[in-house]
Amino acid sequence: MAWNVVGLVVFAVMTFPVFWMISTALKPDEEIISGTPTWLSTRPTLDHFRDAIDPTLHPGFWDAVKNSLIVVGATVVLSIVLAFLAAVALAKYRFTGRKLFVVLMIGILMLPAAGLIIPLYVVLARYGLTNQDDPLPTGALAGVILTFMTFLLPFAVWTLRGFIMGVPKELEEAAMVDGSSRLGAFLRILLPLVAPGLVATSIFVFITAWNEYIFANVILSSQGNHTLTIWLSYFSGTSRNTDWGALMAASTLTAIPVVVFFLLVQRKIAFGLTAGSVKG
Amino acid sequence: MTSNQVPDTTAVAAGLDSHRARRRRRFSWARLFRASVPYLLLLPVAAVIGFVLGYPLYKLVTLSFQQYGLAELIQRKGTWIGLDNYESVLRDSIFWETLLRTVIFTAANVALTIVLGTLIALLLVRVSTWMRVLLTAGLVLVWSMPAVVAVQVFYWMTNFQNGVLSYVLAQLGFVGEQHDWYATSFSKLAMVTLLVVWGAIPFVTITVYAGLAQVPRELVEAAEIDGAGPFRVFWDVTFPILKPILLILTSLSIIWDFAVFTQAWLLISPSQIDATNYLMGVYVFVEGYAQSDFGRGAAISLLMVVMVATLSVIPVRRMARSDDV
Repeated sequence: MAWNVVGLVVFAVMTFPVFWMISTALKPDEEIISGTPTWLSTRPTLDHFRDAIDPTLHPGFWDAVKNSLIVVGATVVLSIVLAFLAAVALAKYRFTGRKLFVVLMIGILMLPAAGLIIPLYVVLARYGLTNQDDPLPTGALAGVILTFMTFLLPFAVWTLRGFIMGVPKELEEAAMVDGSSRLGAFLRILLPLVAPGLVATSIFVFITAWNEYIFANVILSSQGNHTLTIWLSYFSGTSRNTDWGALMAASTLTAIPVVVFFLLVQRKIAFGLTAGSVKG
Repeated sequence: MTSNQVPDTTAVAAGLDSHRARRRRRFSWARLFRASVPYLLLLPVAAVIGFVLGYPLYKLVTLSFQQYGLAELIQRKGTWIGLDNYESVLRDSIFWETLLRTVIFTAANVALTIVLGTLIALLLVRVSTWMRVLLTAGLVLVWSMPAVVAVQVFYWMTNFQNGVLSYVLAQLGFVGEQHDWYATSFSKLAMVTLLVVWGAIPFVTITVYAGLAQVPRELVEAAEIDGAGPFRVFWDVTFPILKPILLILTSLSIIWDFAVFTQAWLLISPSQIDATNYLMGVYVFVEGYAQSDFGRGAAISLLMVVMVATLSVIPVRRMARSDDV
């Protein structure tokens, strides 16, 4: 019983920032600027959400949504297709250089993004893949998608490899004994069984790309090119006249797709990085 | 190291392969094609990574030996200046202060994350089922929050005029109303720590909780019957089983916290960032990219990448070993 009370306190402290974000977003302005906070408004309003995406008050929301969807969508589709091929190779074949490839993949996962900004910027700038101009030129688009992919491919390969290895070999072998070709067994047996893993990995790649800040900020440096995360990071302006209600509404809008997706797939993906040690 | 004790399954598999190879058959195009299938499957991934990462990594090394600023970026040609960038960085007291600050910051963040995360995981075992469901759901919710969103919410909660953190702590008598949470370098970094630890706890808790499921119930009961208190049970029964999990969580946390960028850069806010509150990630970004001194920035970056790569040896080895099937 006493432990349950402790548990409730931990729950309250940990989730408070999320609660406070939503609570503030729904409050009328008087309650936000008051020195005595109102925990939950009795007069909830959606005005701040309207303001946050109003083109005259806070320009760029819809452009940012569009840019995010293009960049993240392309990153997800390309990453998953390429990563799936590599994951099949790792899960189904033994070959020279396999270990080296695995170590490289995991090594890249550990690279600090901040340490690679400068060479990436210099290289992309040389090929005109960064751009200061509106609207988003295809060059900058390609630059940011390729950069996202580089850091997401190792993750996707590693996770998908785990899902493919989770399918019992016997199922495919049985299909081949029954006269199916290797490709046929692959398409009819393996693919449907791996499909949930493919969906989960895609969603996780989506979330990571959607949240990315440092590369998107450097490569897509003009306002019309911003992704939603970058748009949000520039939202506040000076703190003296920050529109807190609108800022929290904007934060809520940015977080919603991520939270929804994350809740769907967390169980499937959570242990990818530590799988080795959890298995013991 | 421990890897020597684990039978090398790759070697066993290689032995089988050579056994198969002994039954050599005639060369055929079909067989050559079959042997090259895995390489063909890996090719696209290798090409993208090689192009977008391999070349910049090579560039990082060469840039670090060059005078390379905005003028050189436009001309697309730097001037070779040997080790001057490294000399300039290593003689710069800001570099050493930043490194020391980052090491302390990392130690504090990792210790707080692992200790609090583990304590909450131990708590999860003791609470009733509905409380466990509620707490887990709350943790997953926190885990899912994008970093930039979390920064904005913390910025609002710690705001000077009417932040809720000052209000609550003033009610409890810890600080006066309108406390400035960003007054000193220490308090700025303490706020970043609060944000980073808050965001990192769920992953640690949920992973450790999964590990706790491996602790045999009978072992704990036997220890309790023998009169061991809760601390004794933790140290002698639970901890040894959790050790590999805690090791990888700690080493991953070290890597992530050492290279923190987004939270520090945005929460302290770019206008308040200076040499008194640099962390390595921020330092590299400001001195190299923001000031357009790409050559010197590359030297700092390379030093940072080498440090992180050294720290990565443990997690990379462990994860690569989990691949032995």
